[in-house]
Amino acid sequence: MTDIQTPHSHLDLETHEKPFLDANELVINMGPQHPATHGVLRVILRLDGEKVLGLECVIGYLHRGVEKIGEHRTYTMFNPYVDRMDYVAAVSNGLGYCETVEKLLHVEAPPRAQHVRVILTELNRIASHQLWLGTHALDIGAITPLFYTFRDREEILKIYEKYCGARLTTHAFRIGGLQYETYTGFEKEVKNFLDFFRPKIDEYEELLTTNRIWVERTKGVGIISAEDCIAYGVTGPVLRASGVKWDLRKAQPYANYKNFDFEIPIGENGDTYDRYLVRMAEMRQSVRIIEQALAALPEGPIMAKVPKVMKPPVGEVYHSIEAPKGELGYFIVSDGSTQPYRVRVRPPSFVNLQALDEMCRGELVADVIAVIGTLDIVLGEVDR
Amino acid sequence: MHQLIQYISSYLTSDKTPGVAGNMFWALVYIMLVFVGLSVAVIAMNWLERKILAHMQVRLGPMRVGPHGLLQPIADAIKLLLKEDIMPAEADGVIFWIAPFIVVLAAFTVFVVVPFGPTHAITDMNIGILFMLGVSSLSVLGIVMAGWASNSHYPLIGALRSSAQMVSYEVAMGLAVVSAILMTSLNAEGTGTLSMIGIVQAQLAQGEWFIFKFFPLGLVAFFIFAVAMVAETNRAPFDLAEAESELTAGFHTEYSGFRWSLFFLAEYSAMIAVSSIAVTLWLGGWLRPFPNWLSGQTWDQIFNVFPGVSFLLLAAICFYNTARMPKHPLFRVQTIGLAGFGIVLGLIALVLFYPPVSLRVQDIFWFAAKVAGFMYLYIWYRGTFPRYRFDQLMQMGWKVLLPMGLGVLILTAGVALVQPMIWHP
Repeated sequence: MTDIQTPHSHLDLETHEKPFLDANELVINMGPQHPATHGVLRVILRLDGEKVLGLECVIGYLHRGVEKIGEHRTYTMFNPYVDRMDYVAAVSNGLGYCETVEKLLHVEAPPRAQHVRVILTELNRIASHQLWLGTHALDIGAITPLFYTFRDREEILKIYEKYCGARLTTHAFRIGGLQYETYTGFEKEVKNFLDFFRPKIDEYEELLTTNRIWVERTKGVGIISAEDCIAYGVTGPVLRASGVKWDLRKAQPYANYKNFDFEIPIGENGDTYDRYLVRMAEMRQSVRIIEQALAALPEGPIMAKVPKVMKPPVGEVYHSIEAPKGELGYFIVSDGSTQPYRVRVRPPSFVNLQALDEMCRGELVADVIAVIGTLDIVLGEVDR
Repeated sequence: MHQLIQYISSYLTSDKTPGVAGNMFWALVYIMLVFVGLSVAVIAMNWLERKILAHMQVRLGPMRVGPHGLLQPIADAIKLLLKEDIMPAEADGVIFWIAPFIVVLAAFTVFVVVPFGPTHAITDMNIGILFMLGVSSLSVLGIVMAGWASNSHYPLIGALRSSAQMVSYEVAMGLAVVSAILMTSLNAEGTGTLSMIGIVQAQLAQGEWFIFKFFPLGLVAFFIFAVAMVAETNRAPFDLAEAESELTAGFHTEYSGFRWSLFFLAEYSAMIAVSSIAVTLWLGGWLRPFPNWLSGQTWDQIFNVFPGVSFLLLAAICFYNTARMPKHPLFRVQTIGLAGFGIVLGLIALVLFYPPVSLRVQDIFWFAAKVAGFMYLYIWYRGTFPRYRFDQLMQMGWKVLLPMGLGVLILTAGVALVQPMIWHP
């Protein structure tokens, strides 16, 4: 597990030029058009046979300048843009942004809005984890779970479509609460989904959890220690699988999460298998949270009193939420005008992706694929 | 002219394969039949794999080209033939050109000795099984050449993986095969045989398929072979050589159009080839179930009906689905097509009920049915298992299957030696 540069360092001193390629090393380019890099990630792999000596991520193929766009839009107008970052978990992105601006404006969404937000966000967590499971299993070679998860994810998307008209980039929340009241039968449909979904988690686990090949492919692969996680700033299920009980829903309760009873599943070894188990357990916990939120759904207004033209007081605010992939933070600086002076997003995928090199060194090429899958990155969020 | 007719008809009274009888004409006819049959089987397998896999994965599979996508393989074949033939600029032209042909040649040549029945084989060699294993392992040469000649990293890694894999699994496979061959020598004269037909006849003579012989031993040997043959053909869960998520397409990444379809053809015929080895060695080849217990005229008549009934069943499925077709003018052609397909299958069934025919296709039917079972297993594996990693695959080949194979071989030999002393003194 040497550094990429070290084998050649003595050559540098003697000849002042590096050989183009060591005969034992193979540099291959994986991506940006590669079936398993989850979008347009480009990974430059330095291999010795099949062993990974080091790798480098090249990102930016999906850069749209979301943060810069934020400086030229009003607070309300920027809201739909955040959905396009992590498009698999658009609702979570919206929740983070709306709460940050609310914090800046010193308003709070009414209880009913908070509850509906929690329901939709947790549904989104399930949908995001389902997509992760399907693609991760596909990368490791199990093609069937993908179709199962997509079949079930469809039910969540149907609920979104009925609620706000969009399936993927939902723009479900507004600053100060919700734009739409829930549709008739919303509670019943969500309840039906939960009843339908609970046995489905067992179905996924039946295919994978005790599957010998799955266990062999994931156990002990891509290990990252708790210290390294913290040093890299890795958050979310990856951090929790390393044994750190850190979930912003409990650590810094936002929305209404302090009213709900749920557990934070953690792993022990910080390997791919533990991350898999943590996410599966998280889906079950999300079901629990939604059930409680549905049971205690209060009546009342869904929108706080928010001015038509938003001019937050001069100042800055950082607020973060637990998105399905980790800590999603927004840092907004207001100069008192209708547009933010600066919007900075802390996307979980981008920060988690840094650990890829650390996790893959000394492993085999096949493990790089497994690790990219287990990090659960979305390139829309990495590049913004 | 008269001589020619006599030459041709003289074979009809023979009870040997055309190759053994030395009849050139019938050998050529058999070669054509095997070639056509194999191509049809590959086409059918293509459709079946997509359909069965799709139904395992809660989707429909091909539905557009023809009724229930029945014409999809043909459409695909036409598409592949019409595609531009691309050769990478830096590729090693000659080797790039030869590689797919070597693979196809290896995959098709093995069928020379596959016994579809006591006389239904192109030829019978006294080294039949050795010939099959030898020729089928030639395909690795084509794969390595393809990977090397592409002059690209992904195919190179794919080719290296697949050659390492095939070479290491052949050892375990060979040991399992040897233990089955050992069983053929358990007769009064103690003469074993390597001939494919001889192996099946030995099973008939001993009144037992070799999978049940010396109870767990035959089964374990069969299991070793069943695992090794999946690895040998580079199919899931051992499809590392063409692992889509890792190496895009492995050794045939740079191949397109017709050349690519040759690899495809070779892969599927190799699957059929190794399945026929497994069927011949352990599952009694062309023998119908219980040829010794359920013998006699009545049972013969009952089993003679099987081929016809199976085709009638397929026809019935066609008619059932014809009735379920949407009643919309847009579907009229497809409905008629499906009904026509059903009628064709029904007519084949009627022909198969005709006693002289049913007697002759009996062997081929049972052989094909057993091979089809293996084909289904292949699809099932693909729908269920994740992919092994390279080092785990090697570990399994060398550390699990090889010792198992050696143990089974030694135990089989031991039991074969001891058994006559104890039970038949």
